[in-house]
Amino acid sequence: MAFSLRKTPIDAEALHYICRKNALVEVKRTAPHGLGSHVMDGFFARYRNALVLIAVLVVFTIGLAVQVRRPDYGSREDGKHVRVFRYWAVALVSPFERLFRATGQGIRGIWHNYIDLRDVRRQNEQLKNDLNRMRLYQAAMAEDARQGQRLQALLEFKQQYIAKTVAAQVIGTSGSEQSRVLYIDKGIADGLKPDMAVITPDGIVGKLRDVFQHSAQVLLISDTTSGAGVVLETTRIRGVLRGTTDGRLRILDVLPDSRIKPGEPVLTSGGDQVFPRGLKAGVVESIGQDRNYALVTVKPTANLARLEEVLVVMEKGAVAPEQVAATENEPETGARGEHLPQLEPETPDEAVKNAKEAPLPRPTPAVRQDTYSPGATPSAATLTPGARHDNAAPAPSTEAGGDQH
Amino acid sequence: MAALGRMYSSRREMDEHVFHPAISLLVPLVAVFAGAYLPKLAPWLMILDLPLVVVIFFAVARRSPISGVMTGALVGVLQDLLLNQPIGINGMVKAVVGYVAASISLRVDVDALATRVVMNFSFCLLQSLMLLVIYQWLLRDANVQTRWLHELLRAGVNTVVAIPLFFLLDYAKQRA
Repeated sequence: MAFSLRKTPIDAEALHYICRKNALVEVKRTAPHGLGSHVMDGFFARYRNALVLIAVLVVFTIGLAVQVRRPDYGSREDGKHVRVFRYWAVALVSPFERLFRATGQGIRGIWHNYIDLRDVRRQNEQLKNDLNRMRLYQAAMAEDARQGQRLQALLEFKQQYIAKTVAAQVIGTSGSEQSRVLYIDKGIADGLKPDMAVITPDGIVGKLRDVFQHSAQVLLISDTTSGAGVVLETTRIRGVLRGTTDGRLRILDVLPDSRIKPGEPVLTSGGDQVFPRGLKAGVVESIGQDRNYALVTVKPTANLARLEEVLVVMEKGAVAPEQVAATENEPETGARGEHLPQLEPETPDEAVKNAKEAPLPRPTPAVRQDTYSPGATPSAATLTPGARHDNAAPAPSTEAGGDQH
Repeated sequence: MAALGRMYSSRREMDEHVFHPAISLLVPLVAVFAGAYLPKLAPWLMILDLPLVVVIFFAVARRSPISGVMTGALVGVLQDLLLNQPIGINGMVKAVVGYVAASISLRVDVDALATRVVMNFSFCLLQSLMLLVIYQWLLRDANVQTRWLHELLRAGVNTVVAIPLFFLLDYAKQRA
C-alpha cells in the first residue's frame, strides 16, 4: 500500500474506513444514468482540471489579442478600460509603498541627523571653503549666462527649454525584469499628463505612461518599448536610444563611424517631442557592429537603478527670444530650483532691450601701453610702404612703483 | 493519529491543506508588494519572483489543479497590472505553473526538501520558457531575447529564497 510510505503511520482501522469510503465512491460513480449524460459527466469529471486550465488560457489569449491591437503598446498610455484595472492595482499597492518609504526615510533621518554625526565638524569646514570657491565660480558663470542670453536673442535663436518642473518621489517599481517602470507619488492632481518627460539633474530618466489621481507610472528609457531621440555631442550623429532586454541602452540605426569613441556624451536631440533638446542622456560605453549598423551601447548618466527623486517636465517648447528672456527669470520649481543658482531678476522688456542694445565686444583698455595695445597702431590708409612713421606707440615704460634702471 | 480525526478516502485527501482566508489573501498581496518595493531598496532584488514562489507553494499545498490554476491566474494578473505590458501574460504563465505544480503534487511527495528544490528550480525555468514563447510567438515581440544564463541564475536565486519561505508558510497550513 502506498500508505506505508507516509510519514504518519495509519493503522488497520483507518485503512478499513478508507477502503469502505472508496468503495462507496465507486458505487456512486457507476450508478445508472442516461447514456449521454453519463458519458458527458464522465468526460467533464475526468478532464475537469484540464478544461478549467484551457478555459482560463483561452480567456487570457482573447484578452491579449484585444489589447495588442494597439501599436507600441508598452510605450503608450493604456486605454480607458485597462487603465481602470491598473488604477485599482496601483491604489492597492501604492499606500503601502508610501508608508514604507516614509518609515524608511524617517529612520534614515534619525540615524543621519542625530546619531551618525562623526566628522561633521571637519566636513563643515571643508564645505565652507568649497562654498567660497563656488561663489566666485557662480559669479563668473552668471556673467557668461547673461552674455549667452543676449547673443541668443541677437541671433533669434529658438530653443526648447524647461519652463516648469515638479519634483516627485519614487515610491515603487514594476517588480519584474519584463518591464522597467517606476511609480512616483504625483499624479493628475498635481497636473501631470502622459508623455511628460521625467529627468534628474544628472540626465533623462523616462516619460510618464499611465497617470493616475495621486501616482503615475514612469516608463524608463531602459525599457525595451522606450525610445528617445539623441545626438552624439561631438560627432553630431543622430539616432534613437532604446532599452535592451538586460536593461542597458543602445543607439539604433547608426552607421559605423570611426569618430564615435567610448566616453562621448550623448544628448537628447528634441526630435521625439518628449525630451527637451540638449539634456544629458548618457555616455558611449562601447561600440560594436551588427551587420550594417554600429552597436553603440550607452551608459545612462542618471542612475536609473537607484532613483529617489525625479523631476517631471511640465512645460517646454520652442520659444521666441522674448519668451526666452522672460521665462529665464522665472524661478525653477522643485528640487532643481532650490539648488540651481538663479539669475538676477530682469523684466522681459529690459531683457529684450538689453539684448538689442548690447554693444559689440570691445577690448578692455591696456594697463601698460605698448606697440600691441589697441589704438596704438595707425590706420593702414595713412601708411606708406617703406616709410618710417613716427607716431608709433612709445616703448613700454615703467611708472611709479616700477623698477628703475 | 491526529490526521485521522476525520476519515480520508485517499492519500491525496490526507495531504490536502487549506489556509485561513486572511492567509490566502495576504500572502499573495505581500508577495506582489514586496516584489515591487524591494528592488527600490536593492536593484539586484529585481531577480526575485516572489509571486511565482507563492503560486507554487499554494498549488502544491492545496493539491488541487483547479485551485492552482485560479491562484496562478489571479496572482499573475495582479503582477501584470503593475507592468507596462498587456494584462494576462503573467496570468497565463502562472496559471500553467499552478496547474502543473498541483498535478505533480498528487503523485510526488512535495514536502521533501530535495523535491522542493527541484520543483522550484524547474518551475522558474518553465516560466522563463513560457514567457519567451508568449512574447516571440504570440505577441511577435522581436525585442525580447532570453538570456539563459541569467534565467538559470534567477531560478537558482528564487529556489534559495523559496526553501525557507516554504518552511515558514508551512506553519500556516491546516488539514483539509
